[in-house]
Order: sequence, then C-alpha cells, then structure tokens
Amino acid sequence: MAPKLPIYLDNAATTRCDPRVVEAMLPYFSEKFGNAASRNHKFGWEAEDGVELAREQAAALIGANPKEIIFTSGSTESNNLAIKGAAEMYAKAPAGQTGRGHIITAVHEHKAVLDPCKRLQREGFDVTFLEPGADGIITAEMVAGAMRPDTILVTIMWANNEIGTINEIPQIGRLCHEREVILHTDATQWVGKMPTDVERDCVDLMSWSGHKMYGPKGVGALFVRRRKPRVRLEAIIDGGGHERGMRSGTLNVTGIVGFGKACELCKEHMEQERDRLVKLRRKLETELSRRIEVTQVNGHADKRLPHICNISFGFVEGESLMMGVKDIACSSGSACTSASLEPSYVLKSLGVGDELAHSSLRLSLGRWTTEEEIDFAIEQVVKAVEHLRTMSPLYDLHKEGIDISKIQWQAH
Amino acid sequence: MAYSDKVVDHYQNPRNVGSFGTSSEVAKRSDVGVGIVGAPECGDVMQLQIKVNEQGVIEDAKFKCFGCGSAIASSSLATEWLKGKSVDDALAIKNTQIVEELSLPPVKIHCSVLAEDSIRAAIADYRKKNGVAAEAAPAAAH
Repeated sequence: MAPKLPIYLDNAATTRCDPRVVEAMLPYFSEKFGNAASRNHKFGWEAEDGVELAREQAAALIGANPKEIIFTSGSTESNNLAIKGAAEMYAKAPAGQTGRGHIITAVHEHKAVLDPCKRLQREGFDVTFLEPGADGIITAEMVAGAMRPDTILVTIMWANNEIGTINEIPQIGRLCHEREVILHTDATQWVGKMPTDVERDCVDLMSWSGHKMYGPKGVGALFVRRRKPRVRLEAIIDGGGHERGMRSGTLNVTGIVGFGKACELCKEHMEQERDRLVKLRRKLETELSRRIEVTQVNGHADKRLPHICNISFGFVEGESLMMGVKDIACSSGSACTSASLEPSYVLKSLGVGDELAHSSLRLSLGRWTTEEEIDFAIEQVVKAVEHLRTMSPLYDLHKEGIDISKIQWQAH
Repeated sequence: MAYSDKVVDHYQNPRNVGSFGTSSEVAKRSDVGVGIVGAPECGDVMQLQIKVNEQGVIEDAKFKCFGCGSAIASSSLATEWLKGKSVDDALAIKNTQIVEELSLPPVKIHCSVLAEDSIRAAIADYRKKNGVAAEAAPAAAH
C-alpha cells in the first residue's frame, strides 16, 4: 500500500503525541484543573496526584527516585538550569571575578548547552570545548585529558541530535565521580529510546523533553541527584519555591501528566520499538549506500541511536536535494543558505565539511514509521540524487577521474 | 522556500541537460564554447556549452548545474534562449530578464547573475578559440 504523503521522517525534531498521552491529559484541562500547589481543597489534591504520578513515571524510566525529578518547560530550560545553576553553586570565586572554575563540554553539543557555556565563559568561568574524532564520539579519555584541579562541571550529551552517535556516558560518569566533578548530560535524544539508569551510569544531572518521546511540547524534566553526591543548584527562576525551590512557577499540570504517561509508554515499549527501528534504519542506510555511489553514513557505524540516520551524498547541492525529496519531511544536514552550502557545525566537527560538494539529510524514525514509508523514502532519495547527478558538472568530473578539490574555481 | 511554478518546472524537466563531450574533448573543438562559473564551496557551479555554426548562430546549447533549484532553472532557461540566437544577440541577454521570467526572489538573484556570466564565459571561450579578441569583463555586478 502506498504511504500517505508527505511521510514524516523528522522525529528527532519532534514526535507526534501518542493518543494515549493525549487521553491521559484531557481530564486535566477542565475537570481536574486545580493548581498543584493548592493544599486546601480537592482540586489542588487531584492536580498534585496527577503530578506525583508523573514524577514516579519519569523517575521509573531512568532509575531515579521521584524526589530527584524537577519539571521544567523542556530540555533547553533543563540544560540552562543544570549548567548555570551548578556553575553558580560550585563556583570557586564570587561573581565579577575571573578564575571561577573550569567546565568541560564539546563543540558538537546542542546550542542549548553551548550557549549557556559561552555565557558562563563571559562571566569568569573557563570552558574547554572538546573536539570529537571522525566517528563523532566523546570518550572518557578525552574528558580525562581535559580535567583540571579546578574543573567543577562536565556537560556532555548522551547522544547527538544530528548524527545520533552515543558518547561514553557511563565511563565519563565514573570518571567524574572519582574526581568529584558534577556530570550533566543532555539526554534529549537518548531517554525513552535507550535503557537509562542514572544510578548505574553515575549521572548527576540529566535533561530531557516530552515532545521528543511522543509526549507534549513545552514540558521536560531535569534529574537532580540527591545522594552520593547531593547536587545543589542555584535557581534561575525565582518565585513561589516550587520544585524544591529549583524551579518556581505554577506547574504545567496537564503537560506534566502527559510527560509522565509518555515516559511510562516508552518504558513499556522500548525494547521492541528499538529492535524495530534499528531494522528499519539499517535498511534505509544499507539500501541508500548500495544504490548510490559516493554516499557516506555520518557518525560511528554502530554506536548510534536506533532512530537517527544522517547521510551525505557527493556532487549534489543541499537545497536542490531538499526540493527533490519534497514528499519526505526531514532535515537538511547542511544548513544551506541562499548562496552557500555550509555543512552544519556538527558535521564540520567530524570533518565532513572537508569534502566540498556534498549535501546531507537527517532522516529520523519514530513509533509510527512503517516499512512502506522507508521503502518510499529510499526510492525518492535515490531518484532525487540520480536526477541531480545527471545535471551535475561535478559528477561528470568525478567520472572522468578529476579531483574537484584540485581545480582552481572562480569563486564569486 | 516557495519556488515559482516555472522554477519547479525547470527543476523537474530541465531543458538541454548535457554536454558536447568530455572536458578534454570540447577543449579541442573550435565550434564549441564552454563557460564554467561558480565554485563548489559557494554551492553553485554552472557549466554552459554552446555549439556555433559557420554563420555565427548558436545551433545548440547544453548545460550542467550543481546548485539550488533557482540556479538549475536559470541555466536551463539560458539554454532555451540561446538556441537560434547569433553570438552577438546572445550577449544581450541580461540577468534581469531571467529574474523576471522565473520570478526569482532577491536572495536568488545571484543565480541569474551566474547564468549571465556563464553565457559570457562560453562566448569568450568560443571567440578565443576562433581568434576573436575577448569582450571586456562581464558587466554584471556581484
């Protein structure tokens, strides 16, 4: 059966909210509409019950205690709270001075981690931006090599959002615990897809979002370890002292209830979902690589998430490739502006940008992706690349055996 | 970005895609002029080849393009306009005419400039091969 068009292969950007999640949320709009902080009446108690159930569901997904879950508006806020909150709390010198402490992160982190780190850099902290190897992975060895006596925080994502590569989080966690340094991990693409145990994996702070795991947008969580070590944070949002004083503001009860339900469903279906998605992703990558020459799957071959495929094709330009795959909703790996084919900073950090004329697609699968859709995507991508290559003067040069990087081009 | 229907049509059904031989073959042919403009790192490479008869009329034109949909459409359109024109008339084609015909938005004007430059480059190559002094530098500003 032909799939309904366009097909959605952008699940790393956001996912469809699971209907079971929506169903769980509905009563909290206009029946159980109370404020979870209202302690004196039934409306408040109902709302609080909903929130506390969600806290248990979220904790259960990651092997934490419910008391260690702080609800936020999503990963961007969680990352900001974790990074700025920990830096301020564990700073070696007061605000306004330099030498306030050392932070380790990586160049291909999400902007929601990089930008808080850059702000801290301007505010007197030292930041090391680690560079991954060609496989995209940050190892414990790299982190160990950057550690200093004044290192206070390491923030490394669990898995990369553009290429899906998995960093050595358990090993980095053990290293951080040995050195008594706080580890924060942005686990937005990881949690709900892969088994997570913050206790076993020595994580101190962990961010994740509802809408990447079939929950609603505008809600996320930060895991804050309570013992061994007890992690303290300086709040960013001050007010009524909600969420153990770390995140004031009336709780988004409806969103939190949906977030909890989404966590429960992920835990329940994780194993079978992972196996199914790995098979589909492998089919996609194998077929595209087999049928199109000069194709490269970006990132480590195996240490990757089940649902993210990032693939580059030589001799075709990004914007025209996106035009050719118009029935596939996906992301361009090249942040292509009107005049230039600029690979994303993540691909550049892997050295992918060194090969000039290519463009990349990020195809990300999800709970409702079918094999028919993958078959359709393969056909459309192959057709688009072939169409563009019949027109590509660079592909002709390649076939004539001429290295295009050796040609003197007249750049405009 | 929304493309005009004409850009989409040229993208899906490009006119006159191809060449009159490999790069080394066409370099030896005095009836063929080749223009290659742009650079891979800028995201656009346009190759235009014209075949000129003894009367100085462009009998055939072929293009290849590495670039966005607007660049493909601009070069495809250029080949349509070139066929049947004398070399002198071909030099009168202006990038603004391409912008108008394809309804290119301001950010895509450089695609039309590239197309005009590729026409001039192909004619300059043809003239050089036939002992005619090359024209002054292209008038188009970029």
